[in-house]
Amino acid sequence: MIELEARTTPSVWMGVLSPVVALAITVVVAGLLFAALGKDPVRGLSVFLVEPFHGPRALTELGLKATPLILISLGLALCYRSNIWNIGAEGQYLIGAIAGGWLALSVTNAGLAMPRWAFFPLVVVAGAVGGAFWAGIVAFLRDRFHASEILVSLMLVYVANLLLSYLVFGPWKDPNGFNFPQTVNFSSATQLPRLIRGMRLHAGFLLALAAAAVMWAFMFRMYRGIQLQVGGPAPAAARYAGFSSRSALWTTLLLSGALAGVAGAFEVTGPMGQLTPYVASGYGFTAIIVAFVGRLHPLGCVLASVLLSMFLIGGELAQSRVGLPSALSGVFQGVLLFSLLACDTLILFRPRWRRST
Amino acid sequence: MNELASLVAATLSAGTPLAIAGLGLLINERAGILNLGAEGMMLIAAFAGFAVAFHSGSDWVGFAAGAGAGALVAACFGWLVIWLNTNQYATGLAVSLFGGGFSAFVGVDYVGKKLTERPHHSIPALRDLPFLGIALFRHHPLVYLTIAGALAIAWFLYRTRAGLVLRAIGEAPESAHALGYPVRRIRLLAVVAGGALCGLAGAYFSVVYAPLWVEGMIAGRGWIALALTVFATWRPARVLLGAYLFGGVTMLQLHLQGMGVDIANQLMSMLPYLATIVVLVLISRNPAWIRLNMPASLGKPFFPSL
Repeated sequence: MIELEARTTPSVWMGVLSPVVALAITVVVAGLLFAALGKDPVRGLSVFLVEPFHGPRALTELGLKATPLILISLGLALCYRSNIWNIGAEGQYLIGAIAGGWLALSVTNAGLAMPRWAFFPLVVVAGAVGGAFWAGIVAFLRDRFHASEILVSLMLVYVANLLLSYLVFGPWKDPNGFNFPQTVNFSSATQLPRLIRGMRLHAGFLLALAAAAVMWAFMFRMYRGIQLQVGGPAPAAARYAGFSSRSALWTTLLLSGALAGVAGAFEVTGPMGQLTPYVASGYGFTAIIVAFVGRLHPLGCVLASVLLSMFLIGGELAQSRVGLPSALSGVFQGVLLFSLLACDTLILFRPRWRRST
Repeated sequence: MNELASLVAATLSAGTPLAIAGLGLLINERAGILNLGAEGMMLIAAFAGFAVAFHSGSDWVGFAAGAGAGALVAACFGWLVIWLNTNQYATGLAVSLFGGGFSAFVGVDYVGKKLTERPHHSIPALRDLPFLGIALFRHHPLVYLTIAGALAIAWFLYRTRAGLVLRAIGEAPESAHALGYPVRRIRLLAVVAGGALCGLAGAYFSVVYAPLWVEGMIAGRGWIALALTVFATWRPARVLLGAYLFGGVTMLQLHLQGMGVDIANQLMSMLPYLATIVVLVLISRNPAWIRLNMPASLGKPFFPSL
């Protein structure tokens, strides 16, 4: 029988190895699933593992999908390190999208002509304020009334979703849009600057990478960042050291909300160019998996974002190439997170053979 | 008057899945395990229940399938958090995310399918009573079974030895372990029982309440059920009460629309979620009270050091 035995110190190696093992398990499960569904496993896996990297266009699309994931997962990593369970990033992302959409809509309706690089910082601010406001509600209710941030942040996802559909079905609907639930197409002045001609990859990708670098410096090189994280593993020590758990709550939630909001604002002014119900794409939930797979580390978050956007693109391709529903990528995401959590056990525990008595 | 009676009836019907899931989660949490995967378990069970009811033509076989699916998923969750000591929050989230993806994936072909003719249920002697007949006596048997179940769970927790052990494990697993109780096995049993009830709730929702299958149809009810256990300060009767309250809020929204109140339906649909937040805020305002009622080891891992 295998028994688990607590290690004296956490294994650094397993911490790095565990996502790799989890990925391997997911690939095996995926192959078996393809075979069970009567599809060629090699063909199926190549759709997920090879085609998203095939050619410059595919690579830019990968970066495009990774952008919101990087932004959101960075904030979540900070939250989870501080033991703040913000699981409603999807809602903060949506409110950021609505704020960014409102800004773009105003510019469009006013017919303002402005250079794209001038609009870019405005979109960032709008998204950040929107997302931070939504997360701020969570922080306020937790701080003032001790309401569980898990449940409040999640309930607010549904509220944000309904608010978005209210806007696009109601006051913001394009009057000439054949009654489709969508706003007018935003004017070209509001388009995020593209990085490569003819590709959809936009300047937000660079900002996301910069955010990862800043977050790294904040987490590991700044007193304030370290202060926040002490409250996670050792709340008593944090209190003894005089670190306020209230300020950790507000800082992490506002920061992660702002990052998610920026991701949302980028999505509507980048690839979408208008507000539709399809803005709610589940990035906020996928980013939770990204944060864990990325070991709650900024660099890891960037790598894991690429990995998970590969899954998302693979899911879309699976639909058109192999004839399987795109929800398949949701299944794989779940399997990945399950195997990761199981493998993580080996960070703190050592398996031991023991003769059953 | 009939208007009000049908509102009461709709409230009971809408509150029932919340009550069943809430009671299941209550059993979990009384043993010290917080399962954030309720939403995912309910989605998988809603699909399983619908598909089995669709093929077998029997609602009850569908319920059994839903409960079985919920129990199976919960067993996986339980194995991870109890034996492998994974983080309960993260693992529960994984169940919810996986459940959403998995049910959408396997359920694609069942969207838009219709179950056979839905039977009407009623209690013969009582159904024709004025007002009460419509309000109380024309429900699916599961609605009454839920009320009985809540009483049975209350009796189990507070009047039986096994219930006492369960509560002891939730309050102080170390002490229970020292007394020789198999803490981990009992916790797993509680998790599986909770999963079966969440599954039953999901199946009721897709087979009786809706009755149809759509991707993501549970729409946050698993999370609301989690909030219910806090709201009820972990007491079965209060879970029941809370569930009907939420059922009422959901129904009120539909009735207001029916009466021609001119508010966009998206804004009205926010009501149950906003109500959950408001109730959470009201109930959590006094942290001492929550701490007094909450199972002391809730969410904390227990690893026996032999």
